[in-house]
Amino acid sequence: MKFRSRTRRKAINLIALILAGLSAAIGLFFLIWIIFEITQKGISSINWAFFTELPVPPGETGGGLSNAIMGSIIITLIATVIGVPIGVLAGTYLSEFGYGRLSAIIRFITNTFVSAPSIVVGVFVYSIMVVPLKGFSGLAGGISLAIIMLPVITRTTEEILRLVPVGLREAALALGAPYWKMVVSIVYRAGKKGLITGIILAIARVSGETAPLLFTALNSPYWPSGLMEPMANLTVTIFNYAMSPYEDWQAKAWGGAFLITCALLIVNILSRVIVRQKG
Amino acid sequence: MSVSGLSEPSMPFDLSDRANIKIKVRGLNFFYGAFQALYDNHLDIAEKKVTAFIGPSGCGKSTHIRTYNRMFSLYPEQKATGEIILDGQNILEENIDLIELRTRVGMVFQKPTPFPMTIFDNVAYGLRLKARLPKSELEARVEDALKGAALWDEVKDNLHSLGTDLSGGQQQRLCIARAIAVEPEVILMDEPCSALDPVATYKIEELIDKLKEQYTIVIVTHNMQQAARVSDYTAFFYLGRCIEFGPTEEIFTAPKKKETEDYITGRFG
Ligand SMILES: Nc1ncnc2c1ncn2[C@@H]1O[C@H](COP(=O)(O)OP(=O)(O)O)[C@@H](O)[C@H]1O
Ligand SMILES: [Mg+2]
Repeated sequence: MKFRSRTRRKAINLIALILAGLSAAIGLFFLIWIIFEITQKGISSINWAFFTELPVPPGETGGGLSNAIMGSIIITLIATVIGVPIGVLAGTYLSEFGYGRLSAIIRFITNTFVSAPSIVVGVFVYSIMVVPLKGFSGLAGGISLAIIMLPVITRTTEEILRLVPVGLREAALALGAPYWKMVVSIVYRAGKKGLITGIILAIARVSGETAPLLFTALNSPYWPSGLMEPMANLTVTIFNYAMSPYEDWQAKAWGGAFLITCALLIVNILSRVIVRQKG
Repeated sequence: MSVSGLSEPSMPFDLSDRANIKIKVRGLNFFYGAFQALYDNHLDIAEKKVTAFIGPSGCGKSTHIRTYNRMFSLYPEQKATGEIILDGQNILEENIDLIELRTRVGMVFQKPTPFPMTIFDNVAYGLRLKARLPKSELEARVEDALKGAALWDEVKDNLHSLGTDLSGGQQQRLCIARAIAVEPEVILMDEPCSALDPVATYKIEELIDKLKEQYTIVIVTHNMQQAARVSDYTAFFYLGRCIEFGPTEEIFTAPKKKETEDYITGRFG
Protein backbone atom coordinates (compact mmCIF):
# COMPACT_ATOMS: atom_id res chain seq x y z
CA MET A 1 0.00 0.00 0.00
CA LYS A 2 2.65 2.42 1.10
CA PHE A 3 4.79 1.56 -1.89
CA ARG A 4 1.90 1.98 -4.32
CA SER A 5 0.87 5.35 -2.97
CA ARG A 6 4.45 6.49 -3.26
CA THR A 7 4.70 5.48 -6.93
CA ARG A 8 1.34 7.11 -7.47
CA ARG A 9 2.53 10.31 -5.90
CA LYS A 10 5.62 10.22 -8.03
CA ALA A 11 3.56 9.64 -11.17
CA ILE A 12 1.21 12.54 -10.40
CA ASN A 13 4.21 14.68 -9.70
CA LEU A 14 5.69 13.79 -13.07
CA ILE A 15 2.44 14.44 -14.95
CA ALA A 16 2.04 17.84 -13.26
CA LEU A 17 5.61 18.69 -14.14
CA ILE A 18 5.12 17.75 -17.79
CA LEU A 19 1.86 19.72 -18.05
CA ALA A 20 3.40 22.80 -16.48
CA GLY A 21 6.47 22.54 -18.67
CA LEU A 22 4.31 22.11 -21.75
CA SER A 23 2.20 25.18 -20.94
CA ALA A 24 5.31 27.23 -20.44
CA ALA A 25 6.71 25.95 -23.73
CA ILE A 26 3.51 26.84 -25.62
CA GLY A 27 3.49 30.35 -24.18
CA LEU A 28 7.16 30.82 -24.95
CA PHE A 29 6.73 29.38 -28.45
CA PHE A 30 4.16 31.97 -29.47
CA LEU A 31 6.09 34.78 -27.83
CA ILE A 32 9.24 33.85 -29.73
CA TRP A 33 7.25 33.39 -32.93
CA ILE A 34 5.77 36.88 -32.61
CA ILE A 35 9.15 38.44 -31.90
CA PHE A 36 10.74 36.47 -34.75
CA GLU A 37 8.02 37.45 -37.22
CA ILE A 38 8.12 41.11 -36.25
CA THR A 39 11.89 41.22 -36.40
CA GLN A 40 12.07 39.44 -39.73
CA LYS A 41 9.46 41.61 -41.41
CA GLY A 42 10.23 44.83 -39.56
CA ILE A 43 13.97 45.14 -39.37
CA SER A 44 14.39 45.70 -43.10
CA SER A 45 12.26 48.88 -42.88
CA ILE A 46 14.48 50.33 -40.18
CA ASN A 47 16.97 52.76 -41.63
CA TRP A 48 18.05 56.33 -41.03
CA ALA A 49 15.17 57.77 -43.05
CA PHE A 50 12.69 55.80 -40.94
CA PHE A 51 13.62 57.94 -37.95
CA THR A 52 14.25 61.26 -39.70
CA GLU A 53 11.85 61.64 -42.61
CA LEU A 54 8.16 62.33 -42.91
CA PRO A 55 5.85 59.83 -44.58
CA VAL A 56 5.48 60.06 -48.34
CA PRO A 57 2.10 59.86 -50.13
CA PRO A 58 0.68 56.39 -50.75
CA GLY A 59 2.17 54.63 -53.73
CA GLU A 60 5.54 56.33 -53.51
CA THR A 61 8.37 54.59 -51.71
CA GLY A 62 10.83 56.04 -49.19
CA GLY A 63 10.20 58.50 -46.38
CA GLY A 64 9.89 57.60 -42.74
CA LEU A 65 7.79 57.79 -39.60
CA SER A 66 9.67 60.51 -37.74
CA ASN A 67 6.42 62.37 -37.06
CA ALA A 68 4.73 59.32 -35.58
CA ILE A 69 7.75 58.49 -33.42
CA MET A 70 7.87 62.06 -32.12
CA GLY A 71 4.09 62.14 -31.65
CA SER A 72 4.11 58.92 -29.63
CA ILE A 73 6.86 60.32 -27.44
CA ILE A 74 4.91 63.54 -26.87
CA ILE A 75 1.63 61.76 -26.13
CA THR A 76 3.32 59.34 -23.73
CA LEU A 77 5.08 62.26 -22.06
CA ILE A 78 1.78 64.09 -21.56
CA ALA A 79 0.25 60.92 -20.10
CA THR A 80 3.24 60.50 -17.77
CA VAL A 81 3.25 64.10 -16.58
CA ILE A 82 -0.46 63.91 -15.73
CA GLY A 83 -0.83 60.28 -14.72
CA VAL A 84 2.24 59.61 -12.59
CA PRO A 85 1.93 62.40 -9.99
CA ILE A 86 -1.81 61.96 -9.56
CA GLY A 87 -1.48 58.19 -9.42
CA VAL A 88 1.37 58.25 -6.90
CA LEU A 89 -0.46 60.75 -4.69
CA ALA A 90 -3.71 58.79 -4.87
CA GLY A 91 -1.86 55.57 -4.01
CA THR A 92 -0.15 57.37 -1.15
CA TYR A 93 -3.52 58.53 0.13
CA LEU A 94 -4.87 54.99 0.04
CA SER A 95 -1.84 53.50 1.74
CA GLU A 96 -1.26 56.18 4.40
CA PHE A 97 -4.73 57.49 5.14
CA GLY A 98 -6.84 54.72 3.68
CA TYR A 99 -9.18 53.99 6.57
CA GLY A 100 -12.35 55.90 5.80
CA ARG A 101 -15.28 55.64 3.42
CA LEU A 102 -13.75 57.89 0.79
CA SER A 103 -10.75 55.63 0.39
CA ALA A 104 -12.97 52.57 0.14
CA ILE A 105 -14.75 54.27 -2.76
CA ILE A 106 -11.48 55.31 -4.43
CA ARG A 107 -10.10 51.81 -4.03
CA PHE A 108 -13.22 50.28 -5.57
CA ILE A 109 -13.17 52.65 -8.56
CA THR A 110 -9.45 52.10 -9.04
CA ASN A 111 -9.83 48.34 -9.09
CA THR A 112 -12.72 48.60 -11.52
CA PHE A 113 -10.81 50.86 -13.89
CA VAL A 114 -7.64 48.78 -13.88
CA SER A 115 -9.49 46.21 -15.93
CA ALA A 116 -11.67 48.60 -17.97
CA PRO A 117 -11.19 48.21 -21.75
CA SER A 118 -9.06 51.08 -22.99
CA ILE A 119 -11.44 51.84 -25.85
CA VAL A 120 -14.02 52.90 -23.26
CA VAL A 121 -11.59 55.52 -22.01
CA GLY A 122 -11.01 56.64 -25.60
CA VAL A 123 -14.73 57.12 -26.18
CA PHE A 124 -15.03 58.93 -22.85
CA VAL A 125 -12.30 61.45 -23.68
CA TYR A 126 -13.78 61.78 -27.16
CA SER A 127 -17.09 62.84 -25.70
CA ILE A 128 -15.77 65.18 -22.99
CA MET A 129 -12.94 66.74 -24.95
CA VAL A 130 -12.86 66.07 -28.67
CA VAL A 131 -16.55 66.82 -29.26
CA PRO A 132 -16.82 70.04 -27.22
CA LEU A 133 -13.50 71.38 -28.56
CA LYS A 134 -14.48 70.34 -32.06
CA GLY A 135 -11.25 68.56 -32.91
CA PHE A 136 -8.96 65.62 -32.34
CA SER A 137 -5.80 66.56 -30.50
CA GLY A 138 -2.53 65.22 -29.13
CA LEU A 139 -3.54 66.58 -25.74
CA ALA A 140 -6.73 64.51 -25.75
CA GLY A 141 -4.60 61.49 -26.67
CA GLY A 142 -2.23 62.15 -23.77
CA ILE A 143 -5.12 62.61 -21.38
CA SER A 144 -6.77 59.35 -22.42
CA LEU A 145 -3.51 57.48 -21.84
CA ALA A 146 -3.14 59.26 -18.49
CA ILE A 147 -6.58 58.02 -17.47
CA ILE A 148 -5.60 54.47 -18.40
CA MET A 149 -2.35 54.83 -16.49
CA LEU A 150 -3.89 56.36 -13.38
CA PRO A 151 -5.54 53.31 -11.77
CA VAL A 152 -2.52 51.13 -12.55
CA ILE A 153 -0.14 53.52 -10.83
CA THR A 154 -2.54 54.17 -7.95
CA ARG A 155 -2.83 50.50 -7.21
CA THR A 156 0.87 49.65 -7.52
CA THR A 157 1.77 52.65 -5.37
CA GLU A 158 -0.63 51.56 -2.66
CA GLU A 159 0.63 47.99 -2.77
CA ILE A 160 4.30 49.00 -2.69
CA LEU A 161 3.90 51.53 0.11
CA ARG A 162 1.94 49.08 2.23
CA LEU A 163 4.94 46.76 2.18
CA VAL A 164 7.02 49.35 4.05
CA PRO A 165 7.16 48.09 7.64
CA VAL A 166 5.13 49.94 10.28
CA GLY A 167 8.25 49.95 12.48
CA LEU A 168 10.04 52.20 10.01
CA ARG A 169 7.20 54.73 10.02
CA GLU A 170 6.96 54.70 13.79
CA ALA A 171 10.72 55.13 14.11
CA ALA A 172 10.63 58.28 11.99
CA LEU A 173 7.59 59.68 13.80
CA ALA A 174 9.26 58.90 17.13
CA LEU A 175 12.07 61.28 16.13
CA GLY A 176 9.54 64.07 15.78
CA ALA A 177 9.00 63.89 12.04
CA PRO A 178 5.70 65.33 10.80
CA TYR A 179 3.62 62.67 9.08
CA TRP A 180 4.03 64.01 5.52
CA LYS A 181 7.77 64.34 5.96
CA MET A 182 7.98 60.77 7.22
CA VAL A 183 6.10 59.60 4.12
CA VAL A 184 8.35 61.53 1.74
CA SER A 185 11.68 60.79 3.39
CA ILE A 186 11.14 57.25 4.66
CA VAL A 187 8.20 55.51 3.02
CA TYR A 188 8.94 56.71 -0.52
CA ARG A 189 12.60 55.97 -0.08
CA ALA A 190 11.99 52.48 1.24
CA GLY A 191 9.59 51.79 -1.63
CA LYS A 192 11.62 53.63 -4.25
CA LYS A 193 12.60 50.66 -6.39
CA GLY A 194 9.12 49.23 -6.48
CA LEU A 195 7.63 52.62 -7.27
CA ILE A 196 10.01 53.28 -10.15
CA THR A 197 9.44 49.82 -11.57
CA GLY A 198 5.67 50.22 -11.30
CA ILE A 199 5.79 53.59 -13.02
CA ILE A 200 8.00 52.36 -15.84
CA LEU A 201 5.80 49.37 -16.50
CA ALA A 202 2.67 51.55 -16.48
CA ILE A 203 4.25 53.92 -19.00
CA ALA A 204 5.26 50.96 -21.13
CA ARG A 205 1.76 49.59 -20.96
CA VAL A 206 0.03 52.73 -22.21
CA SER A 207 2.63 53.44 -24.87
CA GLY A 208 1.36 50.40 -26.77
CA GLU A 209 -2.30 51.51 -26.70
CA THR A 210 -4.05 52.10 -30.03
CA ALA A 211 -7.81 52.15 -29.49
CA PRO A 212 -7.99 55.21 -27.21
CA LEU A 213 -5.80 57.21 -29.60
CA LEU A 214 -8.11 56.46 -32.54
CA PHE A 215 -10.76 58.53 -30.76
CA THR A 216 -8.53 61.28 -29.46
CA ALA A 217 -5.19 62.04 -31.09
CA LEU A 218 -6.27 60.40 -34.31
CA ASN A 219 -3.25 60.55 -36.62
CA SER A 220 -1.57 62.96 -38.98
CA PRO A 221 0.87 62.85 -41.90
CA TYR A 222 2.60 66.00 -40.60
CA TRP A 223 5.20 66.78 -38.01
CA PRO A 224 3.46 67.51 -34.64
CA SER A 225 2.76 71.23 -34.70
CA GLY A 226 0.62 71.80 -31.62
CA LEU A 227 -1.05 69.96 -28.77
CA MET A 228 -4.50 70.97 -29.98
CA GLU A 229 -4.02 69.44 -33.42
CA PRO A 230 -4.43 65.80 -34.46
CA MET A 231 -1.09 64.18 -33.74
CA ALA A 232 0.79 61.47 -35.55
CA ASN A 233 1.59 58.43 -33.41
CA LEU A 234 3.07 55.02 -33.97
CA THR A 235 0.26 52.74 -32.91
CA VAL A 236 -2.47 54.32 -35.03
CA THR A 237 0.00 54.60 -37.91
CA ILE A 238 0.73 50.89 -37.65
CA PHE A 239 -3.00 50.23 -37.63
CA ASN A 240 -3.63 52.41 -40.71
CA TYR A 241 -0.59 51.27 -42.67
CA ALA A 242 -1.13 47.61 -41.97
CA MET A 243 -4.71 47.88 -43.29
CA SER A 244 -3.62 49.76 -46.41
CA PRO A 245 -3.14 48.08 -49.79
CA TYR A 246 0.31 49.65 -50.33
CA GLU A 247 3.26 47.37 -49.89
CA ASP A 248 5.61 50.10 -48.72
CA TRP A 249 3.13 51.18 -46.03
CA GLN A 250 2.72 47.59 -44.89
CA ALA A 251 6.46 47.29 -44.58
CA LYS A 252 6.54 50.52 -42.56
CA ALA A 253 3.86 49.13 -40.26
CA TRP A 254 6.10 46.13 -39.55
CA GLY A 255 8.96 48.54 -38.92
CA GLY A 256 6.85 50.48 -36.43
CA ALA A 257 5.79 47.27 -34.68
CA PHE A 258 9.43 46.23 -34.47
CA LEU A 259 10.37 49.61 -33.00
CA ILE A 260 7.65 49.48 -30.33
CA THR A 261 8.54 45.89 -29.45
CA CYS A 262 12.19 46.85 -29.02
CA ALA A 263 11.27 49.88 -26.89
CA LEU A 264 9.06 47.78 -24.61
CA LEU A 265 11.74 45.11 -24.33
CA ILE A 266 14.31 47.69 -23.31
CA VAL A 267 11.95 49.27 -20.80
CA ASN A 268 11.19 45.90 -19.23
CA ILE A 269 14.86 45.02 -18.99
CA LEU A 270 15.50 48.45 -17.47
CA SER A 271 12.92 47.84 -14.75
CA ARG A 272 14.53 44.47 -13.98
CA VAL A 273 17.91 46.13 -13.66
CA ILE A 274 16.49 48.66 -11.23
CA VAL A 275 14.99 45.92 -9.07
CA ARG A 276 18.29 44.05 -8.95
CA GLN A 277 20.29 47.12 -8.07
CA LYS A 278 21.49 47.46 -4.50
CA GLY A 279 20.49 50.37 -2.32
CA MET B 1 -11.81 49.36 40.32
CA SER B 2 -10.84 45.98 41.69
CA VAL B 3 -10.32 42.71 39.99
CA SER B 4 -10.82 39.52 41.91
CA GLY B 5 -7.80 37.27 42.24
CA LEU B 6 -5.24 40.05 42.24
CA SER B 7 -3.98 41.69 45.38
CA GLU B 8 -5.19 45.24 45.92
CA PRO B 9 -2.71 48.01 45.16
CA SER B 10 -1.13 48.99 48.47
CA MET B 11 0.18 52.44 49.24
CA PRO B 12 2.15 53.32 46.15
CA PHE B 13 5.86 53.59 46.61
CA ASP B 14 6.84 57.24 47.02
CA LEU B 15 9.79 58.21 44.90
CA SER B 16 9.77 61.92 45.54
CA ASP B 17 12.17 61.95 48.49
CA ARG B 18 14.79 59.93 46.58
CA ALA B 19 14.88 61.44 43.14
CA ASN B 20 13.48 64.14 40.91
CA ILE B 21 10.42 62.85 39.17
CA LYS B 22 10.44 63.27 35.42
CA ILE B 23 7.19 61.54 34.58
CA LYS B 24 4.24 60.96 36.87
CA VAL B 25 1.70 58.40 35.74
CA ARG B 26 -1.68 58.59 37.42
CA GLY B 27 -4.73 56.44 36.77
CA LEU B 28 -3.62 55.47 33.27
CA ASN B 29 -6.06 53.29 31.34
CA PHE B 30 -5.51 52.17 27.78
CA PHE B 31 -7.89 50.85 25.15
CA TYR B 32 -7.36 49.07 21.84
CA GLY B 33 -10.85 49.78 20.55
CA ALA B 34 -13.11 48.08 23.07
CA PHE B 35 -10.32 45.99 24.59
CA GLN B 36 -8.82 47.50 27.72
CA ALA B 37 -5.09 46.72 27.93
CA LEU B 38 -4.06 48.90 30.91
CA TYR B 39 -5.94 49.43 34.14
CA ASP B 40 -5.32 52.35 36.45
CA ASN B 41 -1.52 52.38 36.18
CA HIS B 42 0.26 54.48 38.72
CA LEU B 43 4.00 55.04 38.87
CA ASP B 44 6.80 57.60 38.77
CA ILE B 45 9.82 57.77 36.48
CA ALA B 46 12.92 59.17 38.19
CA GLU B 47 14.99 61.72 36.32
CA LYS B 48 18.37 60.50 35.03
CA LYS B 49 17.78 57.00 36.33
CA VAL B 50 16.93 53.77 34.61
CA THR B 51 13.45 52.41 35.19
CA ALA B 52 12.74 48.87 34.01
CA PHE B 53 9.34 47.42 33.17
CA ILE B 54 9.08 43.69 33.70
CA GLY B 55 6.22 41.22 33.53
CA PRO B 56 4.92 38.28 31.54
CA SER B 57 4.41 38.76 27.85
CA GLY B 58 1.12 40.43 26.98
CA CYS B 59 0.83 42.21 30.33
CA GLY B 60 0.95 45.67 28.79
CA LYS B 61 4.59 46.79 29.06
CA SER B 62 4.80 47.90 25.43
CA THR B 63 1.36 49.44 25.59
CA HIS B 64 2.40 51.42 28.65
CA ILE B 65 5.73 52.66 27.33
CA ARG B 66 4.15 53.73 24.02
CA THR B 67 1.96 56.19 25.86
CA TYR B 68 4.96 58.27 26.96
CA ASN B 69 5.58 59.56 23.44
CA ARG B 70 1.96 59.19 22.33
CA MET B 71 3.05 56.69 19.67
CA PHE B 72 -0.41 55.17 19.93
CA SER B 73 -1.99 58.40 18.62
CA LEU B 74 -1.04 57.18 15.17
CA TYR B 75 -3.89 54.69 15.40
CA PRO B 76 -7.35 56.24 15.60
CA GLU B 77 -8.86 53.30 17.48
CA GLN B 78 -6.35 53.46 20.35
CA LYS B 79 -7.06 55.64 23.35
CA ALA B 80 -5.53 56.45 26.75
CA THR B 81 -7.22 58.04 29.73
CA GLY B 82 -5.77 59.30 32.99
CA GLU B 83 -2.68 61.44 33.39
CA ILE B 84 0.92 61.23 32.26
CA ILE B 85 2.63 64.29 33.65
CA LEU B 86 5.94 65.16 32.04
CA ASP B 87 7.59 68.07 33.83
CA GLY B 88 4.25 69.27 35.14
CA GLN B 89 2.32 68.93 31.91
CA ASN B 90 -0.22 66.22 31.13
CA ILE B 91 0.86 64.88 27.76
CA LEU B 92 -2.43 63.05 27.24
CA GLU B 93 -4.18 66.38 26.70
CA GLU B 94 -5.58 66.95 23.23
CA ASN B 95 -3.63 70.10 22.44
CA ILE B 96 -0.19 68.63 23.07
CA ASP B 97 2.28 69.23 20.23
CA LEU B 98 3.25 65.66 19.38
CA ILE B 99 6.26 66.70 17.35
CA GLU B 100 7.70 68.64 20.26
CA LEU B 101 6.83 65.82 22.67
CA ARG B 102 8.66 63.29 20.51
CA THR B 103 11.78 65.38 20.28
CA ARG B 104 11.77 65.44 24.09
CA VAL B 105 10.90 61.75 24.49
CA GLY B 106 12.86 59.52 22.12
CA MET B 107 12.28 55.84 21.49
CA VAL B 108 14.27 52.76 20.55
CA PHE B 109 12.24 49.82 19.30
CA GLN B 110 12.47 46.09 19.78
CA LYS B 111 13.50 45.35 16.22
CA PRO B 112 16.31 47.62 14.99
CA THR B 113 14.81 50.08 12.51
CA PRO B 114 17.63 51.64 10.49
CA PHE B 115 16.28 53.87 7.73
CA PRO B 116 17.16 52.90 4.16
CA MET B 117 19.91 55.53 3.94
CA THR B 118 23.53 56.00 4.96
CA ILE B 119 24.74 55.74 8.53
CA PHE B 120 25.37 59.47 8.51
CA ASP B 121 21.91 60.30 7.19
CA ASN B 122 20.31 57.98 9.72
CA VAL B 123 21.86 59.87 12.61
CA ALA B 124 21.31 63.25 10.96
CA TYR B 125 17.64 62.52 10.27
CA GLY B 126 16.26 63.99 13.47
CA LEU B 127 18.72 66.89 13.44
CA ARG B 128 17.68 67.89 9.94
CA LEU B 129 14.05 67.90 11.01
CA LYS B 130 14.75 70.42 13.71
CA ALA B 131 16.94 72.96 11.98
CA ARG B 132 19.22 73.57 9.04
CA LEU B 133 22.60 73.22 10.64
CA PRO B 134 25.83 74.20 8.90
CA LYS B 135 27.63 71.15 7.54
CA SER B 136 30.47 71.25 10.03
CA GLU B 137 28.09 71.41 12.98
CA LEU B 138 25.94 68.63 11.59
CA GLU B 139 29.03 66.46 11.20
CA ALA B 140 30.12 67.22 14.74
CA ARG B 141 26.70 66.36 16.16
CA VAL B 142 26.53 63.11 14.21
CA GLU B 143 29.97 62.18 15.49
CA ASP B 144 28.97 63.00 19.08
CA ALA B 145 25.84 60.90 18.79
CA LEU B 146 27.72 57.94 17.34
CA LYS B 147 30.33 58.24 20.09
CA GLY B 148 27.54 58.48 22.64
CA ALA B 149 26.10 55.25 21.29
CA ALA B 150 29.54 53.56 21.34
CA LEU B 151 29.40 53.00 17.60
CA TRP B 152 31.82 55.65 16.31
CA ASP B 153 34.95 53.51 16.27
CA GLU B 154 33.22 50.81 14.28
CA VAL B 155 31.70 53.04 11.60
CA LYS B 156 33.84 56.17 11.39
CA ASP B 157 35.47 55.00 8.16
CA ASN B 158 32.24 54.15 6.37
CA LEU B 159 29.73 56.75 7.45
CA HIS B 160 28.41 56.80 3.91
CA SER B 161 27.59 53.14 3.61
CA LEU B 162 24.07 51.96 4.25
CA GLY B 163 22.80 51.73 7.83
CA THR B 164 20.88 48.64 6.85
CA ASP B 165 24.16 46.82 6.09
CA LEU B 166 25.32 46.89 9.73
CA SER B 167 24.99 43.90 12.04
CA GLY B 168 21.93 43.68 14.29
CA GLY B 169 23.73 44.97 17.35
CA GLN B 170 25.28 47.81 15.39
CA GLN B 171 21.91 48.67 13.90
CA GLN B 172 20.42 48.93 17.37
CA ARG B 173 23.24 51.21 18.51
CA LEU B 174 22.67 53.24 15.35
CA CYS B 175 19.06 53.64 16.42
CA ILE B 176 20.24 54.74 19.85
CA ALA B 177 22.63 57.22 18.21
CA ARG B 178 19.78 58.51 16.09
CA ALA B 179 17.64 58.96 19.18
CA ILE B 180 20.28 60.75 21.25
CA ALA B 181 21.37 62.98 18.37
CA VAL B 182 18.33 65.20 18.91
CA GLU B 183 19.17 65.37 22.63
CA PRO B 184 15.90 64.19 24.11
CA GLU B 185 15.24 64.28 27.84
CA VAL B 186 13.79 60.79 28.05
CA ILE B 187 14.71 57.67 26.08
CA LEU B 188 12.20 54.84 25.88
CA MET B 189 13.49 51.39 24.98
CA ASP B 190 11.12 48.54 24.27
CA GLU B 191 13.08 45.30 24.64
CA PRO B 192 16.07 46.78 22.79
CA CYS B 193 18.16 43.63 23.17
CA SER B 194 15.64 40.93 22.41
CA ALA B 195 16.88 40.52 18.83
CA LEU B 196 20.57 40.64 19.77
CA ASP B 197 23.26 38.16 20.73
CA PRO B 198 24.85 38.23 24.21
CA VAL B 199 27.88 40.30 23.17
CA ALA B 200 25.74 42.95 21.48
CA THR B 201 23.40 42.86 24.47
CA TYR B 202 26.30 43.46 26.82
CA LYS B 203 27.39 46.48 24.80
CA ILE B 204 23.92 48.00 24.93
CA GLU B 205 23.69 47.42 28.68
CA GLU B 206 27.03 49.14 29.17
CA LEU B 207 25.77 51.98 27.05
CA ILE B 208 22.58 52.36 29.07
CA ASP B 209 24.68 52.68 32.20
CA LYS B 210 26.58 55.54 30.61
CA LEU B 211 23.55 57.22 29.08
CA LYS B 212 21.72 57.60 32.36
CA GLU B 213 24.14 60.32 33.43
CA GLN B 214 22.45 62.49 30.87
CA TYR B 215 19.09 60.94 30.09
CA THR B 216 16.06 59.55 31.84
CA ILE B 217 15.72 55.99 30.61
CA VAL B 218 12.75 53.67 30.60
CA ILE B 219 13.41 50.13 29.41
CA VAL B 220 11.07 47.23 28.85
CA THR B 221 12.75 43.87 29.24
CA HIS B 222 11.63 40.28 29.49
CA ASN B 223 15.03 39.41 30.90
CA MET B 224 15.05 39.77 34.66
CA GLN B 225 18.82 39.59 34.99
CA GLN B 226 18.95 42.52 32.62
CA ALA B 227 16.47 44.49 34.69
CA ALA B 228 18.49 43.72 37.80
CA ARG B 229 21.74 44.73 36.10
CA VAL B 230 20.76 47.98 34.44
CA SER B 231 17.90 49.53 36.34
CA ASP B 232 17.54 51.67 39.45
CA TYR B 233 13.79 51.22 39.69
CA THR B 234 11.57 48.41 38.53
CA ALA B 235 7.88 48.24 37.79
CA PHE B 236 6.20 44.85 37.61
CA PHE B 237 3.21 44.61 35.30
CA TYR B 238 0.63 41.89 35.33
CA LEU B 239 -2.59 41.67 33.32
CA GLY B 240 -2.51 45.36 32.46
CA ARG B 241 -1.86 46.51 35.98
CA CYS B 242 1.24 48.01 37.48
CA ILE B 243 1.29 45.60 40.39
CA GLU B 244 4.45 46.69 42.14
CA PHE B 245 6.92 49.48 41.76
CA GLY B 246 10.04 50.31 43.73
CA PRO B 247 13.83 50.35 43.85
CA THR B 248 15.16 47.45 41.80
CA GLU B 249 17.00 45.72 44.64
CA GLU B 250 13.86 45.74 46.78
CA ILE B 251 11.70 44.34 43.99
CA PHE B 252 14.17 41.53 43.42
CA THR B 253 15.09 40.73 47.00
CA ALA B 254 11.94 41.54 48.92
CA PRO B 255 8.90 41.79 46.67
CA LYS B 256 5.79 42.83 48.54
CA LYS B 257 3.26 41.24 46.19
CA LYS B 258 2.74 37.57 45.64
CA GLU B 259 2.47 37.97 41.85
CA THR B 260 5.83 39.75 41.74
CA GLU B 261 7.49 37.08 43.78
CA ASP B 262 6.01 34.33 41.65
CA TYR B 263 7.25 36.03 38.51
CA ILE B 264 10.80 36.78 39.62
CA THR B 265 11.25 33.35 41.08
CA GLY B 266 10.19 31.94 37.74
CA ARG B 267 6.97 30.35 38.86
CA PHE B 268 5.21 31.70 35.78
CA GLY B 269 5.78 33.83 32.71
N1 LIG C 1 -2.54 46.66 18.26
C1 LIG C 1 -3.22 45.97 19.17
N2 LIG C 1 -4.55 45.76 19.05
C2 LIG C 1 -5.25 45.07 19.97
N3 LIG C 1 -4.72 44.55 21.08
C3 LIG C 1 -3.40 44.71 21.28
C4 LIG C 1 -2.58 45.43 20.34
N4 LIG C 1 -1.30 45.44 20.79
C5 LIG C 1 -1.33 44.76 21.95
N5 LIG C 1 -2.57 44.31 22.26
C6 LIG C 1 -2.99 43.56 23.45
O1 LIG C 1 -2.71 44.35 24.58
C7 LIG C 1 -2.18 43.54 25.64
C8 LIG C 1 -0.82 44.10 26.05
O2 LIG C 1 0.09 43.93 24.98
P1 LIG C 1 1.56 44.48 25.04
O3 LIG C 1 1.53 45.84 25.59
O4 LIG C 1 2.15 44.30 23.71
O5 LIG C 1 2.24 43.49 26.08
P2 LIG C 1 3.77 43.26 26.42
O6 LIG C 1 4.58 44.31 25.74
O7 LIG C 1 3.85 43.34 27.90
O8 LIG C 1 4.11 41.88 25.95
C9 LIG C 1 -2.12 42.13 25.10
O9 LIG C 1 -3.27 41.45 25.54
C10 LIG C 1 -2.17 42.30 23.60
O10 LIG C 1 -2.79 41.21 23.00
MG1 LIG D 1 6.12 44.10 24.22
